[in-house]
Amino acid sequence: MEPRIIGTSVPRKEGRDKVTGAARYIDDISFPEMIYGLTVRSPAARGRIVNIHFEPTIPWNEFTIVTAKDIPGKNCIMLLIDDEPALADGFVNHPEEPILLLAHADKYLLEEARRAVHVEIDSAPAVFTLADSLTCKEVIWGRDNIFKSFHVEKGDIDSAWSSAAFIVEGEYETGAQEQLYIEPQGVIAKASPGEGVTVWGSLQCPHYVHKALLALFGLPKDRIRVVQTETGGGFGGKEEYPSMIAAHSALLAWKSGKPVKMIYDRAEDMLATTKRHPSRTIHRTGVTRDGKLVAMQIDFTIDGGAYQTLSPVVLSRGTIHAAGPYECANVRINSRAVATNTPPHGAFRGFGAPQSVFALERHLDRVAQVVGLAPEELRRRNFIQPGQTLAVHQVVRENVDMAGLMDRAFQLCDYHAKRKRFQQENRHNVIKKGIGFASFLHGAGFTGSGEEYLASEAALEVSGEGRVRIFAGSTEMGQGTNTVFTQIAAEALGIDCDQIEIVQPDTAQVPNSGPTVASRTTMIVGKLVETSARTVQKCLFDSGLLNRNYSAAEFKSACAAYIEKHGPLQSLTKYQYPHDLHWDDERYQGDAYGAYAWAVYVAEVSVDTRTAEVRVEDFVAVQEVGKVINPVLAAGQIEGGVAQGMGFALYENCVWQQGRMINGQMTNYIIPTSMDVPPIRVFFEEIPYERGPAGAKGIGELHLDGTAPAIANAIAHATGAEITRIPITAEVLLNILESVHV
Amino acid sequence: MRSYIPSYELLAPCDLAAALQNMSSEYGTWKPFAGGTDLMVLLEAGKLSQRKFINIYGLTELRGIEVTPHHILVGALTTYTEVRRHETLTREFPLLARAAAETGSIATQNRGTLGGNVANASPAADSPPALLVYDAELELVSSSCSRWLPYRDFWSGYKQVALRPDELIRCIRVPRPSKAHHWRQYYRKVGTRRAQAISKVCFAAAARIDSHRIRDVRIALASVAPTVFRAAETEKIMEGESPTPSLLRAAQETLAAEIAPIDDIRSTAYYRRRVSENLLAEFFDLLSA
Amino acid sequence: MSESAHKISVHCTVNGRALSIETYPMAPLLDVLREQAHLTGTKEGCGEGECGACAIEIDGLLVNSCLVPALQAEGAKIRTIEGVATENQLDAVQQAFLTHGGAQCGICTPGMILAAVNLLQRNAHPSDLEIREGLAGNLCRCTGYTKIFASIVEACRNMQQPTEPRT
Repeated sequence: MEPRIIGTSVPRKEGRDKVTGAARYIDDISFPEMIYGLTVRSPAARGRIVNIHFEPTIPWNEFTIVTAKDIPGKNCIMLLIDDEPALADGFVNHPEEPILLLAHADKYLLEEARRAVHVEIDSAPAVFTLADSLTCKEVIWGRDNIFKSFHVEKGDIDSAWSSAAFIVEGEYETGAQEQLYIEPQGVIAKASPGEGVTVWGSLQCPHYVHKALLALFGLPKDRIRVVQTETGGGFGGKEEYPSMIAAHSALLAWKSGKPVKMIYDRAEDMLATTKRHPSRTIHRTGVTRDGKLVAMQIDFTIDGGAYQTLSPVVLSRGTIHAAGPYECANVRINSRAVATNTPPHGAFRGFGAPQSVFALERHLDRVAQVVGLAPEELRRRNFIQPGQTLAVHQVVRENVDMAGLMDRAFQLCDYHAKRKRFQQENRHNVIKKGIGFASFLHGAGFTGSGEEYLASEAALEVSGEGRVRIFAGSTEMGQGTNTVFTQIAAEALGIDCDQIEIVQPDTAQVPNSGPTVASRTTMIVGKLVETSARTVQKCLFDSGLLNRNYSAAEFKSACAAYIEKHGPLQSLTKYQYPHDLHWDDERYQGDAYGAYAWAVYVAEVSVDTRTAEVRVEDFVAVQEVGKVINPVLAAGQIEGGVAQGMGFALYENCVWQQGRMINGQMTNYIIPTSMDVPPIRVFFEEIPYERGPAGAKGIGELHLDGTAPAIANAIAHATGAEITRIPITAEVLLNILESVHV
Repeated sequence: MRSYIPSYELLAPCDLAAALQNMSSEYGTWKPFAGGTDLMVLLEAGKLSQRKFINIYGLTELRGIEVTPHHILVGALTTYTEVRRHETLTREFPLLARAAAETGSIATQNRGTLGGNVANASPAADSPPALLVYDAELELVSSSCSRWLPYRDFWSGYKQVALRPDELIRCIRVPRPSKAHHWRQYYRKVGTRRAQAISKVCFAAAARIDSHRIRDVRIALASVAPTVFRAAETEKIMEGESPTPSLLRAAQETLAAEIAPIDDIRSTAYYRRRVSENLLAEFFDLLSA
Repeated sequence: MSESAHKISVHCTVNGRALSIETYPMAPLLDVLREQAHLTGTKEGCGEGECGACAIEIDGLLVNSCLVPALQAEGAKIRTIEGVATENQLDAVQQAFLTHGGAQCGICTPGMILAAVNLLQRNAHPSDLEIREGLAGNLCRCTGYTKIFASIVEACRNMQQPTEPRT
């Protein structure tokens, strides 16, 4: 039977409030007696705090002042480990590291006070680059600056080199990238020893914040409560960082006895919060005369900043994606995340894969050139087929047809004709045109046994009027969670969308569905919602109160009757790790992800050789994603991600000085405007994934993987330039163009 | 908000005379505040050391565009939007219209003023190169006198302007082009993206071609020196010559020596120099056409 | 630090209603609207006039309210996002944003809708380029602008016919 609601573009559930300005974000909310909080931060990258001086011009007795000594529990922001303090205690390890907190009712006076606190640091030698960290110029974390390392081994690469006709090497780099959600970080906290801690805020993962506050306050679970308010963008930047600002606000509330609001201004948000991990990838690739990959050796390093945060997980995803959707019998990947004295880097859409995929897709275009094949032909001869194994030994069970996706993408943008035509026209033109592509995959859900570890839950309850409430810890931040869950439940129960309500993610009210990250919310949690809906429906059938093929009115009266007779009508579903998936954490191999999105992206660019300005003229994004639950929302995800990928490739340059970002203003950190984006043309293919709700897989992040390398490859086609790092600023490109005498 | 708002005063004089009176009786105390698109950014960032301002934004004497037979007089408080909407001004001074259209965003254009832009003296401003090409003059008024100053004499160094503490810019005057001549005019602003960008290089130029020779050439640049400026040496080399490839090379060498670009947060000296030379080449294409 | 400025009275009209407030002359109008007029629909995204999330109309002109000092709002006729829909129905642009995916996280949406409404008032049939130029001062991080363009095109189409009653 054809789905009724799945596959249709139901309008965004909370859309009306958003278009009328009625949606309430954290800074729109106030409580009686609320005061404001601010953070005093380290001026130095590393060293001992020798003195904190408070200028006497400020009436300090009116202020609440919090230092590490005021922390009731453990001074840490608990995440994977506890190395990151909530407030620096004696020693700092990065610029802008939080040292003390101030609160006052007068926002203006509070800012004056921040300026009147002078922190004196006895500087210690610091490390600012990935390279310096690797050589242990200074050891700043652990014994060797390494947060985590992985080793992936497939086949017998040491013997494989001899069968290679060509061996191609390359080194690639990606820079940091700021998430730049338009709503800055913000929270309000109420806390007291008597009542416990409640935090409201702009965040992706209320249960992460809950876990962090537990350790910080040493309180029992039911005395900490975290509520997500309408969130103006996250992209991973509000995955782990909110635990820090929540901790600060809660500490001020605890000490002052008043509700405390902390909202970062843009400058503080840019300087102090997480960014995408910078990376360096070294490829050594052996290919036969026919262009068959026989050996892939990959060395992948990411810069994690001063504390570990999520670096091991970013590294994991980057490592697993490093060899792409290709068949190669012999692979070796060595990877590591290293420490530097910069503010810790963290989650950002793609989460390690954009870094390693950029390197791979750029490298393969160069490999093709060496072998004498067109880049698409090299891919075609190596695309993985169903039944073959990826680098981590995962057998591909999906019916993937990468060559088919590539052919479709090429047809949609007239790739072959343009490839030829541009090459000819470029000879006589100052403005050179190019067209390039990237082919890639992106795993949905947590890696390996991660989903099993998360043990996510979601619940559904129906009232006597037949109104459905969905309880999940998954958050809406624009990607469409509320709408998609509604559609899934409406489809499963055969009712209308407006009979369904999504309960606000509040740790006191909803189960832990795991974090809203990793392209998992629709595929994993949506499935739990679907199962809960089906369970409730089965309950009604089994009770004899409802027949199949029921009407809306019949559903309603069956619910009323059921509740009267049996009590609450509800279902909680817990995630079950599929028995046929196996992941070996020791050897780092097996079924890395339950399902993948598969994609080919094509970018057309024009390069003005007089100014080295790059314009993306057209962009085609083709991906196979299981089942598209809401076409408008799904396309919106891809379009937004492509724009972010454009920024990653061309504009978004973080300028660092001694570990501090010095271009922390929107004037100087550049993202695309409406004048910069090309027509972004999105196409989906659907091979239903039986474990996804209605067959859906994950689509939240893949677009960050393929966009930058497609653009880089197009620029290389246009100009012959050797692009090996992003962002490709005009300054860098001009130098490269001059060296190839364009 | 990184500034202490209660410490900032903003006086609201009822007319120009009252404003000038305040500025002269308390000489050097009050600074003019127009549209706020520069000053409010500094305020938000905690970088506005001046505390006492006088609001001139409502002074009607500083508004309005007047067309006379030989000049157009643009009131100092004319916004970029008003520039773009003025039919004669945009037709006769297309580089100014281009500059206004490339300034910030529509919201900025609705508030920002030409006078404010001139007084702020940013070396990266978009309209000043056009004003320099058009030989603009400024009328400066105080409570005791009024004087005219050629715009190209307005600076002595980075953000050092010839505006006395008791003076305001009343209007900007540009001589109308003679209808007998056909001008070839060029404007290009190079930034990181296509809108809302601070320029890395901004190049404005105009010249006539008379019997295959360059006449009355004007070239002005932004973002390649401590101030916006006219490239006088480059103009001299080009004046009276034919736009040949060898003249271009000589002009580019002269231009490269005349500018003083730096490495900064936005770009590099090398990029700015090479792009300036390349934009000069584009101007030459226009002259040879 | 010294408090040398005295608070002033500012009288203006916001969304058709008279507003009188006491505030410092240099207080950003954005803060006055949000905190004193309790109109929280207009947002702060950057505080430097780059993102357009604070966009409102003053006397029919689109401006970034974070850059307007309160004193200069004296006598102004202001429209914020709360004044775009009428008593009975959403504006065509708002309706189109709902059906065509113009809003994702929604934080840029109030400013974006003001910019779009302002554009269509000046130009009822904008070209693709004119739409892009009209929105160039409003940054969006979620949509890549694609469905915002589509929403505006849809709104233009519907404005030639009467809009649907409020759903």
